[in-house]
Amino acid sequence: MYPASFQVFIPASLEEALELLAKYGEEAKVLAGGHSLIPLMRLRLAKPKYVIYLGKVPGLSYIREENGTIRIGAMTTHGEIAASSLLKARNPLLSETASRIGDLQVRNMGTIGGSIAHADPAADYPAALQALEAQLVVRSVEGERVVGIDDFILGPYLTDLQPNELIVEVRVPSLTGAFGTAYEKLNFRAGDFAIVGVAALVQLSPDGSKFEKVRVGLTGVSDKPVRARGVEEALEGAEAGEEAIAEAAEKAKEGLNPPSDIRASSEYRLEMTVALTRRALEKALARARDKVA
Amino acid sequence: MEGDGGGLIEVTMRVNGREVKARVPPRMLLVHFLRDVLGLTGTHVGCDTSNCGACTVIMNGKAVKSCTVYVFMADGADILTVEGLSEDGKLHPIQEAFWDNHGLQCGFCTPGMVMTLYDFLGRNPDPTEEEVREAIEGNLCRCTGYVNIVRSALDAAQRMKGGGGG
Ligand SMILES: Cc1cc2nc3c(=O)[nH]c(=O)nc-3n(C[C@H](O)[C@H](O)[C@H](O)COP(=O)(O)OP(=O)(O)OC[C@H]3O[C@@H](n4cnc5c(N)ncnc54)[C@H](O)[C@@H]3O)c2cc1C
Ligand code: FES
Ligand code: FES
Repeated sequence: MYPASFQVFIPASLEEALELLAKYGEEAKVLAGGHSLIPLMRLRLAKPKYVIYLGKVPGLSYIREENGTIRIGAMTTHGEIAASSLLKARNPLLSETASRIGDLQVRNMGTIGGSIAHADPAADYPAALQALEAQLVVRSVEGERVVGIDDFILGPYLTDLQPNELIVEVRVPSLTGAFGTAYEKLNFRAGDFAIVGVAALVQLSPDGSKFEKVRVGLTGVSDKPVRARGVEEALEGAEAGEEAIAEAAEKAKEGLNPPSDIRASSEYRLEMTVALTRRALEKALARARDKVA
Repeated sequence: MEGDGGGLIEVTMRVNGREVKARVPPRMLLVHFLRDVLGLTGTHVGCDTSNCGACTVIMNGKAVKSCTVYVFMADGADILTVEGLSEDGKLHPIQEAFWDNHGLQCGFCTPGMVMTLYDFLGRNPDPTEEEVREAIEGNLCRCTGYVNIVRSALDAAQRMKGGGGG
C-alpha cells in the first residue's frame, strides 16, 4: 500500500534539521534508514504531515574512540556497526548484535539511532545497550543532553525523546582487560525480530579466577529492555565458572512478566530467558578466558 | 501521484550507468520509480511489506529493498538493477551460475537473489555455504527450496574469482 501524502524536508546541516524539528516537531517525523518508519507509513499506522530526512545531514555517521569511550553517530547503519574493526576489537557485543538484526538489506539501510528511537520491545540493540550501560546524546535547538539507555526507553515504542529532539550519538565503553561478550537471540524464521534476546558482558579478574563485573541485558521479555540485576549480583565476586553461571542464570526470570503472543507464550519466554542467559554467559566467559594470558 | 500536498521533488540519479532526472511525489517508492517510470520491470514486487527481497537493487554498492526506500532517498545515488548486470549481451557470472545450476524455477525471486548476491560476493568472495545461506536471509523463494540457489551462489563465487567479470 502507498503511504499517505506528506511534505518532505531534506536539511543539509544538523542546525537546519533541528530548526525544522523545532518548527514542525509535533506534526513531523524524522526519517533515517526508513526500515521501521516506511513500513508503518505504508500501513498508514503513521501519517506524518512532514517528513524530515536525515540522509543529507553530514557528520552523523561515524564510529570512533576517545578516552576509553566509543562514539557512534546516530546515522551509522547496522551493517557498518557489524563490520567495524574498532568495535570488533573493543566492543564486540555491539557488532555481534548488529550482525543479528534482520537481513543483509535491512542492515544496509537501518540505523542505530532509528532503532533506539523506534523502541520496538523486540529490537536487538537494546539488550546490548543495557548490558553496556550505553549513553545517548540528544540534541535540540535548546542544546544537548546525555541520557542513559535505562532512562531513555520507557516502554513499547515509547521513549524520553521530545518532539524537537534528535538522537545524535550513542556512547559505549571501549572494553579492555579480560573481558568477553556474547549475544544470544532466539527466533524461528530467518531475519525475524527476537523472541528473546540476551546480551552478556563478563569481566574477569586479571588471573581469570573471579567474575569482577557481569552485565546482562534482556530484550523481548518485558515492555522495555531491562538488565538482569539478580544474575549480575549473584555472579560478581564469585569464582568464575560454569556452575556459578548455571545457578545464577535462574535469576534471569525474576520479576519478569513477558507477553504471550502468536510467536511464544509467556512461560516459554521465561524458560528461554534462563537458557539463553546461561548460554550467553558461558560464551562470554570462554571468550574472556581466551584473553587471560 | 494525485493529492500530494507537498508538491513534487526533483531527483537525479544514475541508473545502470545512465543519468536520470525526474520530478516525483515524496511518497513514491524507488521500486515504483524503476518499474513504472523507467520501465525497468526486472525488479519485482513480491510482498510489498519489506520481507521478501524480490525488489532488491544495488544502491551505492549496497543491496537494498527498493520497496522500502523513497525515491528522494536515492537522490544522487548510483543504482544498479538486474537489467544493468550483463555487459554486451554477456550474462554476469552470477547470472550464468544460476543458469547452469538450475538456480531458479519460476524466476520471480531471481532478480532479487542475484542483486543480493552481487553485494554479498563483492564483500566476501570466498564464502562458506552457511555464509551464503545467511546472506540470502532476506530473500524468499517459494519454488526451489534454496538448495540450487545456494549451489549457484557458491559456483558464482568461483567464477568471479576466476576473473569472469563482476
Ligand atoms: C524486514 C525487516 C526485518 C527487521 N528485523 C529486525 C530485527 O531482527 N531486529 C531489530 O532490532 N530490528 C529489525 N528491523 C528494524 C530495523 O532495525 C530498523 O532499521 C530500525 O528499527 C529503525 O532504524 P531506521 O534507521 O530504519 O529508522 P527509521 O525507520 O527511519 O525511523 C524509525 C523511528 O525513529 C525515528 N528516528 C530515526 N532516527 C532518529 C534520530 N536520529 N533521532 C530521533 N529519532 C529518530 C523516526 O522518526 C521513526 O519514528 C527490521 C526491519 C525490517 C524491515
Ligand atoms: S517487495 Fe520489497 S521486500 Fe518484498
Ligand atoms: S524460483 Fe520461484 S520464487 Fe524462487
